[in-house]
Amino acid sequence: MPAFSFNDTLLLATVLFSVGLAGVLVRRDLVFMLMSLDIMLNAAALVFVGAGARWHDATGQVMFVLILALAAVETAVGLAIIVCLHARGRPTLDADTGNLLRG
Amino acid sequence: MGEILLPLIILCPLVASLVVSVSAGRMGACAIGTVACAGVGLSAVISVILSVMLLSGPATDALRVVLWPWMRIEGFSADIAFTLDRVSMVMILVVTIVGLLIHVYAAGYMRDDPGIARFFGCMTLFVAAMVVLVLASDLLCMFIGWEGVGLCSYLLIGFWYDDPANTAAARKAFYMTRMGDVALLCGLLLLATATGSLRMGTVLAAVTDGQLPPFSVNAAAALILVGALAKSAQIPFQTWLPDAMAGPTPTSALIHAATMVTAGVYLIARLHDLFAMAAPVMAFMAVLGALTLLMGACKALVQSDLKRILAWSTISQLGYMFLALGCGVWQAALFHLMTHAFFKALLFLTAGAVIMRAGHEQDIFRLGGLRHAMPGLTMAFVAGASALAGLPLVTAGFYSKEMILSGVWHVHFGLTREWGLSGHPLWGIALLGAFLTALYIFRCVFIVFCGKAGTRAVGRTSRLMSIPLGCLCVLSLSGGVIEMPDTLPRLHLFSALLDPGVPLSHADEPIWLVLAGAIVPLAGLGVAWVLWGRRVSVMREIPGQAAIIRPARDGRGMDVVYDRVFVQPLCLLVWLTRLDIADHAITGTGRLTRAASAGMFRARAGVVDMLAIRATGMARWADHLPGQFQNGRVRWYAAWIATGLCAGLAMVVLS
Amino acid sequence: MNPLPALVLLPIMGGGVAWVAGHVRPRVTTTSRDASWWVVLVTLIVETFVLVMATFGHPVHTGPWPGHFSMPWIPAMGIAVRLDMDGLSLSLIWLSLIMCFLCVFLATRQVTVHAGAFRFLFLATLTGIIGTFLATDLFLFFFFWELMLVPMFGLIAAWGHEDRQRAAMKFFMFTQGSGLIMLLSILGLVITHYRQTGVLTFDYFTLAHTPLSPAVSMLLMLGFFIAFAVKLPVVPVHVWLPDAHTQAPTAASVLLAGILLKTGGYGMIRFNIMLFPDAASRFAPIAMGLGVAGIVYGAWLAYAQDDVKRLIAYSSISHMGFVLLGIFTGSRMGMQGAIIQMLAHGLSTAGLFVVAGAIQDRLHTRDMRCIGGLWAAMPRLSGAGLFFAMAALGMPGLGNFTGEFLVLLATWHVSPLPAILAAVGLVLAAIYALRMVNRIFLAAPRTGLQPVPDVASRQMAVFACVMVFLVLLGVYPQPFVTFSAPLPLPVAAMTGPEGATP
Repeated sequence: MPAFSFNDTLLLATVLFSVGLAGVLVRRDLVFMLMSLDIMLNAAALVFVGAGARWHDATGQVMFVLILALAAVETAVGLAIIVCLHARGRPTLDADTGNLLRG
Repeated sequence: MGEILLPLIILCPLVASLVVSVSAGRMGACAIGTVACAGVGLSAVISVILSVMLLSGPATDALRVVLWPWMRIEGFSADIAFTLDRVSMVMILVVTIVGLLIHVYAAGYMRDDPGIARFFGCMTLFVAAMVVLVLASDLLCMFIGWEGVGLCSYLLIGFWYDDPANTAAARKAFYMTRMGDVALLCGLLLLATATGSLRMGTVLAAVTDGQLPPFSVNAAAALILVGALAKSAQIPFQTWLPDAMAGPTPTSALIHAATMVTAGVYLIARLHDLFAMAAPVMAFMAVLGALTLLMGACKALVQSDLKRILAWSTISQLGYMFLALGCGVWQAALFHLMTHAFFKALLFLTAGAVIMRAGHEQDIFRLGGLRHAMPGLTMAFVAGASALAGLPLVTAGFYSKEMILSGVWHVHFGLTREWGLSGHPLWGIALLGAFLTALYIFRCVFIVFCGKAGTRAVGRTSRLMSIPLGCLCVLSLSGGVIEMPDTLPRLHLFSALLDPGVPLSHADEPIWLVLAGAIVPLAGLGVAWVLWGRRVSVMREIPGQAAIIRPARDGRGMDVVYDRVFVQPLCLLVWLTRLDIADHAITGTGRLTRAASAGMFRARAGVVDMLAIRATGMARWADHLPGQFQNGRVRWYAAWIATGLCAGLAMVVLS
Repeated sequence: MNPLPALVLLPIMGGGVAWVAGHVRPRVTTTSRDASWWVVLVTLIVETFVLVMATFGHPVHTGPWPGHFSMPWIPAMGIAVRLDMDGLSLSLIWLSLIMCFLCVFLATRQVTVHAGAFRFLFLATLTGIIGTFLATDLFLFFFFWELMLVPMFGLIAAWGHEDRQRAAMKFFMFTQGSGLIMLLSILGLVITHYRQTGVLTFDYFTLAHTPLSPAVSMLLMLGFFIAFAVKLPVVPVHVWLPDAHTQAPTAASVLLAGILLKTGGYGMIRFNIMLFPDAASRFAPIAMGLGVAGIVYGAWLAYAQDDVKRLIAYSSISHMGFVLLGIFTGSRMGMQGAIIQMLAHGLSTAGLFVVAGAIQDRLHTRDMRCIGGLWAAMPRLSGAGLFFAMAALGMPGLGNFTGEFLVLLATWHVSPLPAILAAVGLVLAAIYALRMVNRIFLAAPRTGLQPVPDVASRQMAVFACVMVFLVLLGVYPQPFVTFSAPLPLPVAAMTGPEGATP
């Protein structure tokens, strides 16, 4: 008998997701946006793990590992972009200032 | 033994031809002539040996060789097969021996020509093809030789190809004979369909057994007759032969006098059983032959070109043979074929030598008085002329002509039950033709060799050329004594040789028939002497000739008609349709399609442009609101995505 | 080892190697070109060995015909790589190889620009042709049918003469369009078979026993007929041929006239007659009429041409009319005549095209009004030209006559009138052939014609081989006749289960 029922897991995931989403929408700092994105991804991963436990299927955990890898890659790429922008002499981390396309 | 020797008759000239053609340019003129003469000579020797072997056996004996099966398909079979029976033996002897003599002559005549290799290549190839034609026992196999001789004739007429007139004459000859060949092919197809084979024995047996309906027999005979007429230059195909004289003289002697043009006669003689079943065709053939012999003699009388005179005389003599064939006396036709080969070859070769020594002058009115300059040639020409005219007793032509005349006198065509045709009118025409023959050939003799001197003769006739002339002289004077009319000592060697069962004899024929045949050539000779022979000749030309028979003089009478009726309309038609109609249709369609698509493109472009301008206007008006969304801020985009997702989920869940 | 797949794949692989060999040292012109030429030669020799093996080997009898090869390709659709060989396909493959040797020795050395690519396309065409002759899976057949068009299109469009783009386009449009009609027909046949038996297969032997209603079989047969008629070509749809033949480089002309046209005849025998015998016999009068029209029309137009290659192209149309006539007489004799005619026409026309190509290489013109009197300058080439012209006009003793005679005889059995009309075509053939001879070879030499070299004796030897083949076909065709007969379809019981399990 698991400690949490599937419903609880889903609730937790929803909360986590909402937190992440709010973070993305509200924070203007790029680093914080990345962190919030990770939170959203982890919420989705949690749903997979919960579903895997609920139906006794290993696929859920496989998907979790996949998402983990995806999150790592995403973070790496995102941080690289931030560092790159910084290196180009961009003084701020504000996401709203980067709204013009320039080559 | 015989089985091995028979194919060798064909193989020897063929190999000689290949050797001469392949080694072109590497062998000297002498070597080429030697090889060619050796090839033909070898086959002459072999054919003499085989003839002796054949004659020593029983009379119905024949040497049959089947080399290999040609086609074996259900419903039809043909072989490459040869037969040497008595009919083909006579012909093969004529072809190879006269061929050999002419080759020897040509080795001297063509010695200085740069194209001698090509010449002898074609000549020996011709002999090979002619031998195939003669020996083949399968009609399809014979057709190989039949077309092969046509090809060689084409190549040799156009031998001096620098002059377009020569090549045009060559093509004319080929086209004319080819038309006949196609008719012959149709006849063969008809026979093959009916009997399933073209072996002569099978076909003739089927015909005589009555396996074929009479209509088929008549149609086949008529088609084969057309082929033979074209090959032998009879009416209505006569126009190609005079033009064919454009070739070298040995060619004219061998191909257009002695052998190839007689192929039609030979073919019909071989198939005489078939023709015997087709009475209307026979009557038609006799009438055509009579007309041709009369027309040829008349044309020969008004020519001024020496070789053309001989050409028209060939046509006329072939007319005699067709008359004989039409009357059913095919033995007489073959006999005349043989003697004609001798004396006509002699006449051509002598004429060639005369023309060569007179500086290539062919107009008889510019020649003249050559009797003193070249006595030997004069003798030879006179011998040939008297044989052609058929002067009684001393010449070969007399006996063969006599045989034809007596055969024609006795014939009676039973076309239908109550309506028949007697041979007497035809006999009258033939007799008139004999008179004209003597007249025109002695006109030629008197003008060329007597009278006052024309061109000056140069050089000498070489030994190589004079020896064959001597041989041919002997043959054309004495070659006829093997067959004599019944009123003279009964001697029927030739007809007994051909057809031992029924010796052709007319014991009841009146003596004046022979006398008439004997006197008429003499009368012709006399008239010719009166008109052209005396020192002050009565006339140089036939009076009023220029006005009356002008078209005939150039030998262009039928030519003009053919030219107007067939050639020019055909050329016009070809010119009109020279571009492919279908191609034009397709190209036109393509052009139309392109024009249409260009038009449509233009129209479409207009419509689209208008729509686009309207659309842009509307879009510009409406883009203000969505423009607000595109502010480039990532967070706003994420918010919109989340909102949209929520809205979508809500719709899915709530609905 | 089964020789059939090797037969098909060898040329295209050899062609690839030749292409690479042509690219190895593009700067050093002579050696690199020769390297690729040698590769082509070696490929062809190996191919010949394989073919000898296929001819004289004793194969295991797994299929209905002597040679058989089968391998699944797309099993879900019932498509497999099925190659079968009988005498007809074998003799046509032999003809193709002879043509290729002729091209390699006499024509492809003259190509200087991108020689490697040229040779690759050349051999790729050969693959397509051999595949077409061998395939007994209808889908595979269609595949090869299209495969041989594309390289040929490239050959004409890239290496052709002055108006090559248009000619290549015309060629491609006609053959491709008709090929699509054939594809429709194939699909129709397969679907009909599927509806009736529930087995989805493209196997030739299985499909041959599909029961069809007369209307449907006529429709399907017409689909096949149109494709083959364009290729053969039959008169109303022949318009691509004169342009393509005229504009193509010599080697491509030889391939086109020598073999590509024969695929049309092959297809008619193999598919029209053998798959739909009833419909074909009902269609025969029209087909024979088209054949006679082709004979006369082709000869007629050949007479009106001034361009040598165009003249030869129209003479091909005339000769192919005999093939069509023979195939649709419905008798074995006519079929045999058509096959002999195909072989002989391949040899003689290829010879003529090589001669015309040699003339163009030397004089840079194809206009007969500007050429003349070549005999004095080039007796060897002229002799060869004369020989092939004689073969083209149907001289007895050469191959074309044998074919034409058998066809005419079979036609006469059916009805004398078309036979007589076709025989009139022989007179026209004499007219155009001799006109050509008298304008090019045996004519007064043209003034202002610079001296040109004659063909070398080694090349003459190649010509001589072709001539010997023609003479053999003419005087001793019996081995070819028995050898090249198409084998009849086996009875239904034998192939039914074999085709059902691909």
